[in-house]
Amino acid sequence: MEQQDFFYQALVYLLAAVVSVPVAKRLGFGSVLGYLLAGIIIGPFVLKFIGSEGEDVMHFAEFGVVMMLFLIGLELKPNLLWQMRRSIFGLGGLQLILTTLAIALVVILLGQTPKEGIAIGLMLALSSTAIVLQTLAEKGLIKQASGQASFSVLLFQDMAVIPILALLPLLAGFHPGGDPAHAEGARQLLGRDITGWFQVGLILVVISGIVFAGRYLARYIFRVIARTGLREIFTATALLMVIAIAMLMNLVGLSPALGAFLAGVVLANNEYRHELEADIEPFKGLLLGLFFISVGASIDFNLLLKMPGTIVGLLFLLIGIKFMVLFILGRGFGLKSRQNTLFSFSLAQGGEFAFVLVAFGLEKGVVTGPIGGILFVVVALSMAITPILLLFNDKVVEPLVVRNQNQPEHDEIEETDNPVIIAGFGGFGLVIGRFLIANGIKATILDDNPENIQVLRKFGFKVYYGDASRADLLKAAGCSQAKVIVVAVDDKQKSLQIIDLVQRHYPNLKILARATDMEHTYELLKRKVDGFDRDTFESSLQLGIKVLNQLGYQKYQAHRLARAFRKHNSMVIKELSQHYGEDEKKYLSETKKYASELEEIFRTEQDDVSHHTDSSWDVDSLREEIREIYSEMDKEKDILPN
Amino acid sequence: MKSMTPKHKIAILLFHPLLHKSRVNRELIRAVEDLEGVTLRIMYDLYPEFSIDVEVEQEMLLAHDLVVWQHPFYWYSSPSLLKEWIDIVLQHGFAYGREGKALAGKKVMTTISSGGKREIYKEGGIRKYTIRQLLAPFEQTVKLCNMEYLPPFVVHGTHLLDAQGISEAAGDYRRVISSLRDGLFSQEELQKYEYTNDIIQQ
Repeated sequence: MEQQDFFYQALVYLLAAVVSVPVAKRLGFGSVLGYLLAGIIIGPFVLKFIGSEGEDVMHFAEFGVVMMLFLIGLELKPNLLWQMRRSIFGLGGLQLILTTLAIALVVILLGQTPKEGIAIGLMLALSSTAIVLQTLAEKGLIKQASGQASFSVLLFQDMAVIPILALLPLLAGFHPGGDPAHAEGARQLLGRDITGWFQVGLILVVISGIVFAGRYLARYIFRVIARTGLREIFTATALLMVIAIAMLMNLVGLSPALGAFLAGVVLANNEYRHELEADIEPFKGLLLGLFFISVGASIDFNLLLKMPGTIVGLLFLLIGIKFMVLFILGRGFGLKSRQNTLFSFSLAQGGEFAFVLVAFGLEKGVVTGPIGGILFVVVALSMAITPILLLFNDKVVEPLVVRNQNQPEHDEIEETDNPVIIAGFGGFGLVIGRFLIANGIKATILDDNPENIQVLRKFGFKVYYGDASRADLLKAAGCSQAKVIVVAVDDKQKSLQIIDLVQRHYPNLKILARATDMEHTYELLKRKVDGFDRDTFESSLQLGIKVLNQLGYQKYQAHRLARAFRKHNSMVIKELSQHYGEDEKKYLSETKKYASELEEIFRTEQDDVSHHTDSSWDVDSLREEIREIYSEMDKEKDILPN
Repeated sequence: MKSMTPKHKIAILLFHPLLHKSRVNRELIRAVEDLEGVTLRIMYDLYPEFSIDVEVEQEMLLAHDLVVWQHPFYWYSSPSLLKEWIDIVLQHGFAYGREGKALAGKKVMTTISSGGKREIYKEGGIRKYTIRQLLAPFEQTVKLCNMEYLPPFVVHGTHLLDAQGISEAAGDYRRVISSLRDGLFSQEELQKYEYTNDIIQQ
């Protein structure tokens, strides 16, 4: 029975996601709004497919946020994080303090006590990591100045959750220590109370343990796992690691998301980074989707209908206050106007932590029941409205800002990514890689043979382990920033798979491919790749030149013959490829195919390969002409009288 | 006026092995590349391995009235690809010889950039010979192919030329090329000058 129930729920959630997200994307709303709408539709207010169990789902799905921060950590090298310290503590710290005070002031003016004001201010000052980062990532804005600033603020908020949880009971007049209700509430998020120096010491030990393990052990573990060649075990290892870190963090009383983020940063220099990203990404995506759906489902529309004026008013008040504080701070921290509006709109909502904090506050009696209910609805609505606000920024505010500037503002790209990606790094790709590196060009290399990686790493190549025919791995390797991808894998099926993926998702990325046989060549021609070379052709031809030399041909003559043959060959390939497209039935079996092809090639060989260049230097015709002229002159001489 | 079909079709063949470092030739090209009736061929791009396609080049010659060989003046001559081009494209029986009349009546002009100033290329000067004398092999080649050799377009003193000077030269070049395209100079008039630059100074 329980199993049935599980499948029923899975069916409802998945169906809702599969139907609404593509529609939302099509309409240009982004996936987050799609999920939220799906949640509203299947929620208790519209279709009633899910009821109060939606809240449990939400708590479970919050793990998606942990995974997201792990992935973000992977993208962020430690030195980059260090560079962001001013923005994290300055911008993030000020945002939290000023927003809390501003909201507190308004709450007090609305007739509540100062204690309630501060408590509500703290609850609402936090923004939604899940919604903001997912939306920014989808728009490719994470690496821009506004994205980095948003991220800094969110990171600081994550760190601030623990002190806030400690502070709330104080506001209610309780003593934090030894209070069972507090421990219960805190456990949801961070395990147990932070008591004394012992706990602090434990935290330090665990963090240095993670740093040490990530730095020195992870590489060996992943290598052993990768050697098994079992993809699912690699995925299992990655999941195991994230879950273990989250639990460890719970145990010592830190935010799991923060721990996962830290682990990600430590692993950012690891050569299996792309593979880890590719493995965790789908889980994160699904869990976050689930999370957004449950947020949508949890919006209490009954309350909204009961007091629409109040709720909508408070919603805009909340967004207004947060926007103002963010905008002023953004300006103070040097964000240019276009980046600043984006930054301010992004973070103007309440966050998922507000749900936990409000529930906690209700328990403590810091806020009263009716106010708690209103806070829930306002926060959920503010999250749901964020994608719409960003759309508004995109379509209305940004064009206005840009028009008011004399010169269009260039996006600041902080991290320059490698311009070339080489997929497949056997003997063939290696030469290309060496050639590029010899000319100071950086390449990201993808290869799925872990033995190779060890050797290459030893010689300072930047090589990542992974199957390049997977869309998520191509994305992780930076296909959206790179200029050229070299497809040098030896499996032609895989090669075509990669090319199809790249053409579908990255139409601007130039594709240069290694062709492994005739059929592969035809397929490459059909796909109109930007360039290809038959892997054995050039070296065979070079050896062919040496054969002619041994037979007594002059070096330069043999060289020119090879040049003519090369040109002839590309014509033959083009001609044959047309047949290939016309009737594939002609090629019944592999052997027959090869035989008929060879015959055709040889036939064209016989009559072509004319050598224009020879006739330019070695002018038999000229010699003849001059002889004729002179003999005519001689004849005339004979006729002339002496 | 713009839609008027050009009187002469011009092909500019640029021979420059180090185009990415070029200052003068790149600007000259930039000044004429958008002109109607002008075909631009970057020869070291087309034939990086010197495997010049004879058929393609001959067809290109047949399709134009004026061919410009544009290049830096290396060792009082051209970069080696132009010599290769002359060697193999101007075939006996096509460009010269009893039957070789395919190019008769067409015109050729040399455009060069030279580090030295004009004064030193004088009889009795530091370089002993004039530019026209040094270009004699090209002129003679053209004449043997029954074509007419126009006075060259020469940018002198390129090592000393600043951006201003280069852009002036580029402006002159644009005027020369478009005037030749529109047939504004008569034959007799042209041959009165040492350089085509001189005619537009008037």
